[in-house]
Amino acid sequence: MNRTMLFIPLIIFVVMAIFLGSGIGREDKDVLPSPLIGKPFPQFILQQVETERQLTQSDLQGKPMLVNVWATWCPTCKAEHEFLNTLAAEGVRIIGINYKDDDDEAKVWLRDYGNPYEFNISDPKGKLGLELGVYGAPETFFVDGDGIIRAKHVGDLNLRVWQKYKGVFEQMKTHTAEADLKEGVK
Amino acid sequence: MKLLFAICLSLFSLSSFAVVNGHLYPFDNEVDKERFDVLAEDLRCPKCQNQNLADSYAPVASDMRDKVYELMVEGQSDDEIVTYLVDRYGDFVRYNPPVQENTFFLWFAPGVMAFIALFMIISLTRGRKESQPLSEEEKAKLAELQAARKQQSVEQSEKRDS
Repeated sequence: MNRTMLFIPLIIFVVMAIFLGSGIGREDKDVLPSPLIGKPFPQFILQQVETERQLTQSDLQGKPMLVNVWATWCPTCKAEHEFLNTLAAEGVRIIGINYKDDDDEAKVWLRDYGNPYEFNISDPKGKLGLELGVYGAPETFFVDGDGIIRAKHVGDLNLRVWQKYKGVFEQMKTHTAEADLKEGVK
Repeated sequence: MKLLFAICLSLFSLSSFAVVNGHLYPFDNEVDKERFDVLAEDLRCPKCQNQNLADSYAPVASDMRDKVYELMVEGQSDDEIVTYLVDRYGDFVRYNPPVQENTFFLWFAPGVMAFIALFMIISLTRGRKESQPLSEEEKAKLAELQAARKQQSVEQSEKRDS
């Protein structure tokens, strides 16, 4: 009987402890990876909150944008609203999805707290939210000029979060600029 | 009264309902009802994270249940329905994850560990069986020790008696 055999359980324990220990705290349980990244924005036909004009996914093209899922019943949306106003003032294109909400209440909200959105998509039943895998407002999708989803953030946008995603957003801009240049050459 | 009871009973036998969280999902057969219940239990709520769709009261879970029902009524298979939700919410929504590269450990580690444990138990017990019978010399030593012990206990009992 080889005495070193006795150490095998200890070795297994240590390996497991390191493996499991490294997992603790590394994963942010509230932020699930979205399978939609790199995919085109899902198709939809919905009304605009402000004008009841019909909108489709083709309205989400042209310039890179943030697509922000929000609702008047969502306290965190209130918390991030001021930052969205700041971003909009800096020239960042923001589209809103008014998620499982009432259009009239949404209009009051936009009047009272300012409107950082180019336009708002009305999604009272949460159908578009389901297509996007939304599980808790606010959520923000980074959509490039070709209508491809490049990143997703769950939770409120603030300066700290924006620093993290700024690179992604800049990259989306240059990508579109390159595409424009190519089209110009053609 | 009896008639009313009979009518109620016959009504229940006509159609099956899947009751999840007070929501009523009517199905015209028992098989589909069973399928719905299994799906609602195997799919995980992305908001509350440690509950399945059947248990969760989160609004998103109720939307997802409605979607599962809608897709079932449309005639989609279980796999198609699960794929539909995984395409939007990620593998996270599966309580029954598929065997793929990043789930190898999950699927095979228990088997590997059981194998190691079995291997250790076998080698430990076999090591014990292989012990050799005592040699003549060892037998003599043993007899000597036993005699000494006997002597000792006799002495002790004598001491106690006196």
